[in-house]
Amino acid sequence: MISSDLSIILPEIALAIFAMVALIVAVYTAKDKLAPMLTWLTAAVFVILAFWIGTGSDSTRVAFEGAFVDDGFARFAKVTILLSAAAVLVMSLDYLEKRDLLRFEYPLLIALAAVGMMVMVSAGDLMALYMGLELQSLSLYVVASLRRDSAKSTEAGLKYFVLGALSSGLLLYGASLTYGFAGTTLFAGIIEAAGNEPSLGLIFGLVFLISGFAFKVSAAPFHMWTPDVYEGSPTPVTAFFATAPKVAAMALFARVVHDAFGGNVGDWQQIVAFLAVVSMFLGAIAAIGQTNIKRLMAYSSIAHMGFALMGLAAGTAFGVQAMLIYMAIYVTMNIGTFAFILSMERDGRPVTDIASLKMYSRSEPLKALAMLVLLFSLAGVPPMVGFFGKFYVLRAAYDAGLAWLAIAGVVASVIGAFYYLRIVYFMYFGETEEPLDGQMSPALWAALMVSAAVMVFGVVNLFGIEPLAAAAAETLVN
Amino acid sequence: MTVADFIFYVFALSTLVGGLFTVVSRNPVHSVLWLILAFLSAAGLFILLGAEFVAMLLMIVYVGAVAVLFLFVVMMLDVDFAELKAEMTKYMPLALLIGVIILMQLALAFGAWGYSDGIETRLAAPVDGGIQNTAGLGTLLYDKYFMLFQLAGLILLVAMIGAIVLTLRHRQDIKRQDILAQMYRDPAKAMELKDVKPGQGL
Repeated sequence: MISSDLSIILPEIALAIFAMVALIVAVYTAKDKLAPMLTWLTAAVFVILAFWIGTGSDSTRVAFEGAFVDDGFARFAKVTILLSAAAVLVMSLDYLEKRDLLRFEYPLLIALAAVGMMVMVSAGDLMALYMGLELQSLSLYVVASLRRDSAKSTEAGLKYFVLGALSSGLLLYGASLTYGFAGTTLFAGIIEAAGNEPSLGLIFGLVFLISGFAFKVSAAPFHMWTPDVYEGSPTPVTAFFATAPKVAAMALFARVVHDAFGGNVGDWQQIVAFLAVVSMFLGAIAAIGQTNIKRLMAYSSIAHMGFALMGLAAGTAFGVQAMLIYMAIYVTMNIGTFAFILSMERDGRPVTDIASLKMYSRSEPLKALAMLVLLFSLAGVPPMVGFFGKFYVLRAAYDAGLAWLAIAGVVASVIGAFYYLRIVYFMYFGETEEPLDGQMSPALWAALMVSAAVMVFGVVNLFGIEPLAAAAAETLVN
Repeated sequence: MTVADFIFYVFALSTLVGGLFTVVSRNPVHSVLWLILAFLSAAGLFILLGAEFVAMLLMIVYVGAVAVLFLFVVMMLDVDFAELKAEMTKYMPLALLIGVIILMQLALAFGAWGYSDGIETRLAAPVDGGIQNTAGLGTLLYDKYFMLFQLAGLILLVAMIGAIVLTLRHRQDIKRQDILAQMYRDPAKAMELKDVKPGQGL
């Protein structure tokens, strides 16, 4: 039995063993001098694993008596997570090296976080879910305070840790109530126990679980940590926070509400819809007053999570498909945007004030154009790909009879467009200031340009992710 | 009331009292001692449940290692708990309000609590009866829950890496002891003898 189980979790085992071997090798040899090589190597391992998982079997396999599920949905999420993590690792190299922050533990912690995320999206049991979540979160707490000499970075790590522990507590409380009701922690058992008329106790468990997830995806009203953590962490770490962990947490959210509570859509739909509305509006309105681009991206990510939750709130297979497409597009946009933010520096020092972008288009027309495309896409302006992401979730919500939610989404998206367009205004029309440095490392340049190009050329067929997401959603909701 | 019932209430009461005084006692060292009482009483409750292995773990790991570690940390850290508490009292009314609301909601859930249909079959013992708890736990941990067990190991590894990343410093600007340099120190070069006249300085 155990060997067939192990063959199913082979990608996770391979990544964990890679991280441990690399750790030992680096400790006993050149330590931090190996860090650039290890970063490239980890990124390469991520890409290879993504390829392996993506082209592997397309059947649904279950390991450890249901605790681990390897289905199309998990594979879609894993490929997205691994590819985005690889992109962020490569992008972070230059920034960290310049600021003397590149320690060999950094890529390895990211690799271990990736193991946690892979377990999260494949969890078929409340215990496996929690183990994956903690493995991911603990690695993220550490990398958040990577710049340990800076009070802000330490504050970010500490805040993230304390609030993360609180949310884990909520989640565990919900898990224990659910277990108390159902008598099992397996999702397959919970859905069978819940039936269509759940008891009050199970609903309490569900609410606590959702609160925990809402914290992890930074959906309002559990978003308070996001701006401070985004601002305080080193920028490459912020870029990482905004991409892979969000996909993992969102996929986990979808997995639990559909796999364990799929018979009670009416019970969680209203909660998820509420989270979606509050996140969209809070993200759109609170970002208006921000001048720090990292804080602005934090509020932007809160708003985007609101849109992704809108797809989930539909409670249908099409809703999950829309959510997956939205997350894939969101991650691509964020990689490009953060590639640009990572290159924002003046006299070699990082700048995060958006006013420093004034008249950026005059000195760097091509990069300004790429950023313009990305910002339009983030705002959801047609014909960029970001518009199609929003279009899918709006349609999913509308089809599921949540027309009010779709209308709220459109209104929030219009409000949110203001602060993206303000950056564009600064870049093209603002008054001239001392310009930013022009050079950009090739990796960042490539990430920015590829991401912007995807936003433009993706309108043709979204690079074929639509049928893939549909197939993935089909395996989750049936 | 049977003896077992009586013992249950004794342990339950002392667990609650221990927990309460852990939070409210003024001296942090006393808090840790109350925490140890709570752990010990919880171990008693586990024995009443027939889970002797978990009770032993609680004694050895929590009381023996974790609580003692807490005690050392509390004694060594110079944290002014009174000041922290003063900060806390500002938020006390709001916290109490939220706490009371959640408590009432949970009481509501408890009042209307019902188990799912067929919970007995799902709650059936995961290992065959007739073997001891320790053997049963071992079978589960290394077989059914193998993946979870290994993940727990990875989590501990991350915690260790994190502690090292965030605290280890190879500092260059400090003086380290160099034993050879100490041994080969030459009095003729290290000292200078001055003949100080009475009533005069150098």
